[in-house]
Amino acid sequence: MRPKSARVLVNGGLILASAVVAFPLLWMLSVSFMAQGEASAVPPPLLPAHATFANYRELFARAGMGRYLANSLAIASALTLLSLAFNLAAGYAFAKLKFRGRERLFATLLGALLIPAQVAMIPLFLLMKWLHLVNTYGGVIVPALAGVFGIFLVRQYAQTIPDELLEAARIDGAGEGRIFVRIVLPLLKPIIVTLAIFTFLASWNDFMWPLIVLSDQHWQTAPVALAALSREHVQDNELMMAGSVVTIVPVLVLFLVLQRYYIQGLLLGSVKA
Amino acid sequence: MSTQRAAWVFITPALLVIGVFFALPVAAALALSLTDFDLYALADIKNLRFVGLQNYADVLAAPLFWKSLLNTVYFVGVGVPLSIAASLGAALLLNSPLARMKGLFRTALFAPVVTTVVAVAMIWRYLFHTRYGLINFVLVHFGIAPIDWLGDPHYSMPAIIIFAVWKNFGYNMIILLAGLQGIPQELYEAARIDGASVWRQFRHITLPSLRPVLLLVGIITMAGYFQLFAEPYVMTRGDPLQSTYSVLYYMYEEGFMWWNLGRASAIAFILFALILIATRVLLRLARRAEPS
Repeated sequence: MRPKSARVLVNGGLILASAVVAFPLLWMLSVSFMAQGEASAVPPPLLPAHATFANYRELFARAGMGRYLANSLAIASALTLLSLAFNLAAGYAFAKLKFRGRERLFATLLGALLIPAQVAMIPLFLLMKWLHLVNTYGGVIVPALAGVFGIFLVRQYAQTIPDELLEAARIDGAGEGRIFVRIVLPLLKPIIVTLAIFTFLASWNDFMWPLIVLSDQHWQTAPVALAALSREHVQDNELMMAGSVVTIVPVLVLFLVLQRYYIQGLLLGSVKA
Repeated sequence: MSTQRAAWVFITPALLVIGVFFALPVAAALALSLTDFDLYALADIKNLRFVGLQNYADVLAAPLFWKSLLNTVYFVGVGVPLSIAASLGAALLLNSPLARMKGLFRTALFAPVVTTVVAVAMIWRYLFHTRYGLINFVLVHFGIAPIDWLGDPHYSMPAIIIFAVWKNFGYNMIILLAGLQGIPQELYEAARIDGASVWRQFRHITLPSLRPVLLLVGIITMAGYFQLFAEPYVMTRGDPLQSTYSVLYYMYEEGFMWWNLGRASAIAFILFALILIATRVLLRLARRAEPS
C-alpha cells in the first residue's frame, strides 16, 4: 500500500470510530436542551430548535435530582477518602514490611478476586439489616472500605520504594507510623491519585448494590434514582437525557482532568493475572 | 514497635473489613444456599430449615433458569469476541505510526468506559427506538426495514450486545495498546525487508506477541460479561419474552423481589461455578492453541 493512502485509511478510520463512539454522548447533551417531545420526530433532530433549560429545571425542582446527586457525591467522596486510608496502609505493609505468612496471606487475598461480588450480596444484605445500615450511606460505604484490588494496586507501586530509604529512617530512630506518613505517603502520591479516581468513579457508577441496599428514595444515588425515574417517565426522553447528563458529566470531567493517572492505574491493575 | 507488629497494625483494619464484609458473607451464602431462607425466616429465624441441595435442584429444574443461562451465554459468547475485536481494531489504529492526534482519539474512544451504565443505557434505549431512534433512521436510509430492537426477542440481545461493546471496548483497547507498544520494532523491520505484507505481519508477529495479553483481557471481559445485570434492568427489564433475562437478573428477582434468599444464594454459586468453568475452558483452549 502506498504510504499516502495508508495514512488516509488510518486517520480516516480513527475519525470515523471516534465520531461513532462520541456521538451518543454528544447527542444526549443536545436532546437534553430540547423542548418536551421535540426529539420524538422523524427524522430525529440533531440540535434543539430553541435550546431550553426546562428539562434541567424540572429535573431538580420536581424530580429531586439535586438530592440524589448529593447522595452520590457524599457516598463517593467519603468512600474514596476512607478506603484510601485502609488500602494504602495494607498495600504498603504487603510490599515493604516483612512479617510471617505475608506471601501466603496476599495470595489468599488475590484468590478472592476470583469470587464475583454478587456471591456475597445476599448475606451482606442481611448483615447490613442487622447492623441497621440498610437505607443509610453506611450501607454502601462500610462494605467497600477496603478492597483487594486497591491493596494490590498500592502494593505493586510501593514495591518500587528502595528499602535503603526505609532502613536509613529506622536507623535514625523514626517509628513505623512516622516513616509511613513522612516518607512513604509522599512517594506514593501518583498511586494515591490513581486509586482515588478509580474508587470515586467505581462508587459513583455502581448500580446493583446501591439498588439493593438503598431502597428508600431518600437515600438513593443518582444512577438508582435515574433507573427508577426512567420507569415512570418512559416517554419523557428529553427529561431522561438531562438526567443522564447530570449523572455522567461529573465523572467524565473528573476523568478528563485526571486521565493520565486513570490510564496508568488501569495498566498497573491489569498485570494481576 | 517492631516491623512485625507495625505490619499487623497496618493490615488488620483492611483484613477485618474484607473478612467481615466479604469472606464471611461468601461463607454464609454457601450455608444459606442449603436452607429455605425466605420471607418467613426473615421475620423469625425459627422458621429456617435445612434443605440440603434442594435449592440447587429447584433452580436446575426451573425453565426460567435455563432461559436466563442461555441468554447469558449468548451475551458472553457473542459479546466478548466482538468487544475484543473492537478493542484490538481501535488499538491497532492508535498504534499506527501514521496516526495523528493520538491523545485526542484515545480519549474519545475511551470515554464511554468511565460513564455510568444506567445513564448511557438511557441514551441507547432511545437510539434503538423503533420509530424515532437514530439507528433505524440510518437503516432505513440504506434501504433496510426498521427493526423493533428492544421489542423483538430476536433483536433485544443483539441490541444489548451492541450497547455493551460501545460501553466497554475502550478498557481493553488501552491494555492491548500497551501490549502492541511492547512488541519490538525490529521484528516488523525484518519482516518488511523480507517483503511480508501488512496482513502477514499481523498474523505472524502481532497476534503471536499479543497472545498472553489477549488471553488476559479475554478472561477479565468474560468474567465481567457473565455478570450482566444493569443493561437489561434499565433497557428491557429482561423482556421481551424474557429474551434478555440474565442469570444475575434471576438472582436479583428471586432474592430481592420474592425474598427467596436461600434459592438466590444457590443461583449466585451456580454463576460463580460457571465463571470458573468458563475460565478453565478458555485457559485450556489457549494452551492447546499454543505453538509448541
